[in-house]
Amino acid sequence: MHPVLAFISFWKLLFGAKLPAGAAKFLPETTASLPAAQSVSESVSESVSESVSEKPAPKPNSAAQQREGALVLLALLQREGRFVDFISEELGTADDADIGAAVRAVHRGCKKVFDQVLSLEPVMPGEEETKVSVPKGFDPAEIRLIGEAKGEAPYKGTLRHHGWRAVETKLPSLAEGVDRSVIAPAEVELSA
Amino acid sequence: MTRVLGIDLGTTNSALATATGDEPAKAQPITQVVGPGEIAERPTLPSFLLLPSDQEVAPNQLQLPWSGALKYTVGTFARDRGAELPHRLVASAKSWLCNPAIDRTAQVLPFRGAQRELDEAMQGGERVSPVNASARYLAHLRAAWDDANPDEPADEQEVLVTVPASFDPVARELTVVAAREAGFDKVTLLEEPQAAFYAYLAARGEAWRKDLKPGDVVLVCDLGGGTTDFSLIEVRDDGGNLTLERIAVGDHILLGGDNMDLALAALAQRSIEGKTLDALQQRALVYAARSAKEQLLSTQPPMSVPISILGRGSKLVGKTIKASLERDAVEALIIDGFFPKVVAGEKAQRRRTGGLRELGLPYAHDPAITRHLAEFLGRFDRMPTAVLFNGGVMKAHKIRDRIVELLRTWAGREVAVLEGADLDLAVALGAAYYGQARQGNGIRIRGGTARAYYIGIESAMPAIPGFAPPVKALCVAPQGLEEGSTVALPDDELGLVVGEMSTFRFFAATTRETDKAGALIDADAEGVCELDPVEKLVDAGGDRTSGDLVPVRLESHVTEVGTLELWCVARDGQGRWKLEYSVRERDS
Repeated sequence: MHPVLAFISFWKLLFGAKLPAGAAKFLPETTASLPAAQSVSESVSESVSESVSEKPAPKPNSAAQQREGALVLLALLQREGRFVDFISEELGTADDADIGAAVRAVHRGCKKVFDQVLSLEPVMPGEEETKVSVPKGFDPAEIRLIGEAKGEAPYKGTLRHHGWRAVETKLPSLAEGVDRSVIAPAEVELSA
Repeated sequence: MTRVLGIDLGTTNSALATATGDEPAKAQPITQVVGPGEIAERPTLPSFLLLPSDQEVAPNQLQLPWSGALKYTVGTFARDRGAELPHRLVASAKSWLCNPAIDRTAQVLPFRGAQRELDEAMQGGERVSPVNASARYLAHLRAAWDDANPDEPADEQEVLVTVPASFDPVARELTVVAAREAGFDKVTLLEEPQAAFYAYLAARGEAWRKDLKPGDVVLVCDLGGGTTDFSLIEVRDDGGNLTLERIAVGDHILLGGDNMDLALAALAQRSIEGKTLDALQQRALVYAARSAKEQLLSTQPPMSVPISILGRGSKLVGKTIKASLERDAVEALIIDGFFPKVVAGEKAQRRRTGGLRELGLPYAHDPAITRHLAEFLGRFDRMPTAVLFNGGVMKAHKIRDRIVELLRTWAGREVAVLEGADLDLAVALGAAYYGQARQGNGIRIRGGTARAYYIGIESAMPAIPGFAPPVKALCVAPQGLEEGSTVALPDDELGLVVGEMSTFRFFAATTRETDKAGALIDADAEGVCELDPVEKLVDAGGDRTSGDLVPVRLESHVTEVGTLELWCVARDGQGRWKLEYSVRERDS
């Protein structure tokens, strides 16, 4: 899968799933659509200019909390797995072996964040590429039918992808008054 | 029935578990700062304290749900950010707590040692004592518990704090002081290997009676990040009932999993050519080495594990440093280096130290853990019939296999492996279980004091130039003195000088279980080692004047808490004085 697509579907998954009450405050009220990633990057550049001109922090509301939650997740992925660095990098003609070496470390770190923040399970248990039956009264948000459905459910078909469900998300709680638009601070090693 | 809180105050990680009368012990996740301004639960609390300046970490990034902005932080973020600010980081406070070379109540951490540049880096920043650092970890656990359980405040519950079996009376006393500083007015101490054994009992339920029979001796082999601790527990038959008795404890060995991870990181670094790693990359390498160790020493290991360390800049591709750890090399280094095949009774090597040595933690010189084990078992001349492993290092199967193989060779017979609880949380869980056992629900291990204690008495003899008068050691507490018991010593002609500071030399031995209270032995007898002195300033009140010699007799008391108290009782009945352990730097 293309990295950007992976990123967006991860976003969808996080914001589209049923969540415990504690995590819900970071999330939008409606399921985010694909442009979500776009709007995040816009608000990032906005708030950078905000912090430079030292405007007071906006009063917390659900939109601000939503944005904070998204930025914190990015900060986590960046800190542990250098996710933002990796996605922002032009791969171009880079050697596959070099990309592979970087991915190994990026994967290790991002996986650690996943393990701490998310608990995932397949939406439809079972081996992929085997025959399955879609029961009557299924939820189209959970099972996406590909091709023409004839007559009434149950439908017979082949499981192409088992789907993912976030059973639980545990984003850290956030201290107030911390500027979340700094996903990763600049690092300056002091000279002796 | 009250709730029990079991606290594992560890060298590198602390944990909390809880139990009530009708509910088994379970671990309690700990809310802590995990990133700048990020608060989350983690199974354990890393025992690290970071004391940054406002420029290094903004105080509002350190606030907790129960506090405002803080100038310090403990736990995950303290450990992680501390790697970049070593001059502000307090680590291994527990090892400092039992280090007699320093004044353990003085503000010496972060430790400067001979690194003078650290003073400059500190710029007058805060330093804390080993006791205060421990108190902050305990205070955090207490606050986190109270925040999650407002109806059952921690200081109203029965609290157990674990200590290494090898902790001397001073370190035990200081642990209680730290607990008090953290707001726990009443705690009970429990030895870690015993706690690990209780966790096994809790996990097995009544089935343990099938695992073990009278005469069995269980070795508890506890390998933590920074320390190694051995204990022997014997199963006895007391009128048809199985009873458990802790019969031996080893020395405090500053050697553990961290040493192995560092050695592996150094090995991996050899495969990186022409690239140097900075401090943070070095740390990433150690973490990667640790997880590679667990894979390569598992039951079905791969031939090698690749390791990548990312460059420090925002460009990753092409800037990643590649290394790998080969199975054979790792086995040779870890298994043969730290767990070599040694013969029974072999003794660990002790290097002669140079004339001047930087004060610091007394790390073990001999990295061979099996040699320390052989020495321990040889000293007590008992071979275990079963072994119980504890500590994160034991996740590596090949290490367990090597230890079991050696135990079988030494004993010349089968040695069973007891399957215990979670290796990281067993001590806290076991402490909570023990709290229940004290309330009557479960079996207790009898042990009492791990060592016999002696007070030094200078012989009365004419002065001879060049000869210090020989010192005799009077046994004030025999080995195995149970909690809550008091021993009055036979009358000896002892005097306490009033109006002046009286100091007594203090000794201990682990291998002299036949010495009874009042026994007088040579201070340099086999197995006796010197501890911090005990002292007392006695007010010259009443009819007495400064400099008077008051005839006293000695009394020792093992408290319910698990600390040892020494008392001087005036023979005329006019006063009792408790001797205090001196934690000032030792003269010798």
